[in-house]
Amino acid sequence: MPQSTVAPAPAVCFDAVTKTYNSAQGAVQALAGVSFNIEPGEFFGLLGPNGAGKTSLISILAGLSRASSGRVSVMGHDVVHDYAAARRALGLVPQELVFDPFFTVREALRIQSGYFGVKHNDAWIDELLHNLGLSDKAGANMRQLSGGMKRRVLVAQALVHRPPVIVLDEPTAGVDVELRQTLWQFISRLNREGHTVLLTTHYLEEAEALCQRIAMLKAGRVVALDRTVNLLAGTASTMLRFKTDSALPPGLAVAARVTGRSVQLTARDAAEVEQHLATLRTSGVKVEDLEIGHADLEDVFLEIMSSTANGSSATLPKLQALAAVTP
Amino acid sequence: MNGVGTLFRKEVLRFWKVAFQTVAAPVMTAVLYLLIFGHVLENKVEVFPGVGYTSFLIPGLVMMSVLQNAFANSSSSLVQSKITGNLVFLLVTPLSHRAWFAAYVGAAMVRGLAVGAGVFVVTLLFAPLRLAEPWWILVFALLGAGLLGSLGLIAGLWADKFDQMAAFQNFVIMPMTFLSGVFYSVHSLPTVWQTVSHLNPFFYMVDGFRRGFFGVSDVSPWLSLAIVGTSFLGVAGITLRLLATGYKLRS
Repeated sequence: MPQSTVAPAPAVCFDAVTKTYNSAQGAVQALAGVSFNIEPGEFFGLLGPNGAGKTSLISILAGLSRASSGRVSVMGHDVVHDYAAARRALGLVPQELVFDPFFTVREALRIQSGYFGVKHNDAWIDELLHNLGLSDKAGANMRQLSGGMKRRVLVAQALVHRPPVIVLDEPTAGVDVELRQTLWQFISRLNREGHTVLLTTHYLEEAEALCQRIAMLKAGRVVALDRTVNLLAGTASTMLRFKTDSALPPGLAVAARVTGRSVQLTARDAAEVEQHLATLRTSGVKVEDLEIGHADLEDVFLEIMSSTANGSSATLPKLQALAAVTP
Repeated sequence: MNGVGTLFRKEVLRFWKVAFQTVAAPVMTAVLYLLIFGHVLENKVEVFPGVGYTSFLIPGLVMMSVLQNAFANSSSSLVQSKITGNLVFLLVTPLSHRAWFAAYVGAAMVRGLAVGAGVFVVTLLFAPLRLAEPWWILVFALLGAGLLGSLGLIAGLWADKFDQMAAFQNFVIMPMTFLSGVFYSVHSLPTVWQTVSHLNPFFYMVDGFRRGFFGVSDVSPWLSLAIVGTSFLGVAGITLRLLATGYKLRS
């Protein structure tokens, strides 16, 4: 039989997406031409500060909002012209902790299944309840659940129709460690089984641990897009951490991240570490609890966000060059 | 069950789970109207020859209950879901605008007709009633419930807060139902108010519905059918258009 040479459609495709909101204060551009693909089976992170456009982008993907221009598709289905197929392929865990107070957990999940035309779904509903630690809450009214439990139900509702693409919009905001672990174990399992996952989170250690690729948004634009390991390698890889009561010399103060007595300084190599230490010594800065470690995604994130302030991107040529590349 | 069937069932369950508030309470209110107005006016007013005032009042109260509760169901459900944010569960589904319309309006009709039937059954204890032309009862009850269920969807889409919904209900729906001939025949009004009443589509719903009980009406039931039917098609068309464009649903 002849083999097809046609590449499979990306799980998610954003193509030159813009979004402008009209408000009393005038037009506000939330997205200024966002383009990237997420491949089937990827665990993909979407990061950015508040107001960067993450939720606007996800809302357009899920059909909650409409793009001002550009195209978005899920598993090859356009979210506007072929919305029914696109929405069947997508499960969204919304950021807000919303629930319908009229129904029990099981009723809510059965109703959500029914919306997608999925019949006789109790076996999968039971599996979802079990994996999310909700089995003993199946008969409880949604109003009786704690915030963390409600969050678990939101995840179950998003997965009830077995979508190939799962979108999690800050799913662990304000929830306890136990839920985070339960949730990530289950989502990771689904990802291993072939589901594509798009995650937005403020917990950068989660993105670093889970995501194979990451896009960073700022002011409605993609300012970085690469594999997570490349992002970590592409920035200053060494981190100097210490505590001090002294003022830092001006040359270091501008580059340091200071939280109370704690100071963090990035360095590209051992020579730069030595240079920092020499500067501290000659300036008479008394240092305590000195540590040298690897930079984490938070450091990358902060470096990218600060380097792209006012439209400048001079310090990150590599990341910029990679911004249009997919794996 | 398919998507539209699920949404319809969920909307029916939503009001049925609080049936004291959504069904029993409006029945009680209508019975109180009947007791008070019937007692005061029974021997003083004869609207149609040979028909007591209490008997005359019952179809009007039944229709008023159908209309108000059909409106209340779709409007309150939608505005609550919008304000609490749980409408997102519906917005992410593949359901079309036609499915939304059919399910919301269908459930609104069920509640309106359930309350109307409750009022009818209870008020039969207070006065005799005959069914002269019952097909008109069915036609106008269904069309009236559908029209107000659809109007409720428009109000639910438009309102951004409960205050706006209360304004729509109290300043549009309530006056139009009370000034539609529920409590009187428009022939008992001065000429100018008769003319004003004839501009109110609710008048034709009540008049056509009452025709089914007594075989007499203020205007021809065919004229009422034409006006109510056209109104339903017009309002349904507007509602479908608003749903299709995502008015105040999808920014």
